[in-house]
Amino acid sequence: MLQRFSTYFYLRPKLVLWLMLGPPMLYMLVVYLGSLFNLLVFSFYYLEQFTGQIVQEFTLQTYARVLEPANLEILSRTTVMAIAVTVADAIIAFPLAYYTARFASPKLKTWLIIGVTIPLWSSYLVRVYAWKLILAKEGILSWFINLLGLNGLLDWLLSIPSIGGSSLALSPIGMFIVFAYIWLPYMILPIQTALERVPHSLVEASSDLGAKPLQTFRTVLLPLAFPGVVAGSIFTFSLTLGDFIIPLSLGNSKFFVGQAVYSYQGTAGDIPLAAAMTMGPVVIMIIYLLIARRLGAFDAL
Amino acid sequence: MRSNSYSGQSASLGLKVAAYAALIFLHFPIFIIFLYTLTPDETTYTFPLPGITFKWFGAALERPDLWRALTLSLQVAAVATVSALILGTLAAAAVYRSNFFGREAISFLLVLPIALPGIVTGIALRTAIGSFDIPFSFWTIVIGHATFCVVVVYNNVLARFRRMQGSLIEASMDLGANSFQTFWHVVFPNIATALLAGGMLAFALSFDEVIVTTFTAGQQTTLPIWIFSQLSRPRDRPVTNVAAMIVMLITFLPIFFAQRLSASTSDTEGKTE
Repeated sequence: MLQRFSTYFYLRPKLVLWLMLGPPMLYMLVVYLGSLFNLLVFSFYYLEQFTGQIVQEFTLQTYARVLEPANLEILSRTTVMAIAVTVADAIIAFPLAYYTARFASPKLKTWLIIGVTIPLWSSYLVRVYAWKLILAKEGILSWFINLLGLNGLLDWLLSIPSIGGSSLALSPIGMFIVFAYIWLPYMILPIQTALERVPHSLVEASSDLGAKPLQTFRTVLLPLAFPGVVAGSIFTFSLTLGDFIIPLSLGNSKFFVGQAVYSYQGTAGDIPLAAAMTMGPVVIMIIYLLIARRLGAFDAL
Repeated sequence: MRSNSYSGQSASLGLKVAAYAALIFLHFPIFIIFLYTLTPDETTYTFPLPGITFKWFGAALERPDLWRALTLSLQVAAVATVSALILGTLAAAAVYRSNFFGREAISFLLVLPIALPGIVTGIALRTAIGSFDIPFSFWTIVIGHATFCVVVVYNNVLARFRRMQGSLIEASMDLGANSFQTFWHVVFPNIATALLAGGMLAFALSFDEVIVTTFTAGQQTTLPIWIFSQLSRPRDRPVTNVAAMIVMLITFLPIFFAQRLSASTSDTEGKTE
């Protein structure tokens, strides 16, 4: 009986292929892509302001609302934050990635990689929560700053209008620190991978030809590692654009894109506007991915 | 390529300091969570801790809402993991064994849920649920989680398939085994650890997912949603610290073992691949 089934399927590889592909594709196409398409359709509907009903007619007026100054400001504020976080992560990540890739012994390297991947996979929410404890006015960071006698510097930073706030936990500076912390592993791993692909003979050739270590680093290693930096930046950039947990729990009253989408669909019930607003990060990401591909980032993923 | 990148030289002090500083930066907040479960201070996050107490573990034990949330999260993660294991393995097997039109598109499609910001998946599913009048339920949460769990299993299993020798399967068939016997005795033992690693990562991802869940859960409370509600409006700070520690511990073990499994078989699999 089993033998007959086996022979039947063996003679029909196409059928087997469709039986295997069917369930996952049905799921991804219908549930996932279907929902995305539905979202796109909704962004062309509009919310009737008086009745609070969604009118299912094609219109561009919801997109016009996205282009209003208040929403454009949210988009640009979020993009600036994403760029700042990406740059900071590249700077913090590089030494660790470089050390792991080129100086750590194989055994140490295994542990360093585990040390980076555990925070990558472990609870994002709990790690955000941890920063709530650290950044609190009475928390450990303030205590440490106080210990160093740098209170004046902190107060000065917090008094800068666009990035300051009443405390670190309620200011864009605090959000920036947390964003940079949360997405850091996403930057370390691609840079490390890119650095490992550089053959050691290239570095040796460079020093044989008389380059000083710093020169070799600048002219050989750094350019070859750059696609890795860009690959990492895809994650740090995209994740910062869409996040709403960090702005909701640490920010001040100024909205970020994710947070705006969350509140438009939630309290306001304005799904068309939320849908149209979501297209902001999607478009920015597509442009970003196109640039990243030209810089060779996809080979470093 | 990998083995000869190790130079054997020693790094400069500055580089070492910067590297280890980044590593400490990554782990310090996790340590803080554990520390604060012991604070006797109920209303603020004062540091240094005013004292040490173990009473919040007991207090957490007596919170039925917390335990209901934990149970729901575990159930969702279990069902989402099983679905992801089935769908991910099927997709990986199909992509591995045949060359068909649109093969590249499948990888791209499967990666989308983790490449696009979570909020896009979340609001898309929320809108779909709304427009088809589907009631929020256990299954709406599972469907949301499965979208990004499938790719984790898929990546792990596909990487393993690619390293497996096709001749093994041919030998098994030549020696008279049928397809089912070949699968059970040859293919399955080969991919078992990849399934385990992928499954554990999927479990950890689902267990602490919050962004998509806020859109697909309705009135239900998973453990991350419970913690999230405490983040914006803190009421039970000490109990939240304990809950955060529970999440950390439940996700740590599967992640750690999944990493060890992949490291010992010299794959680097997962999100960044």
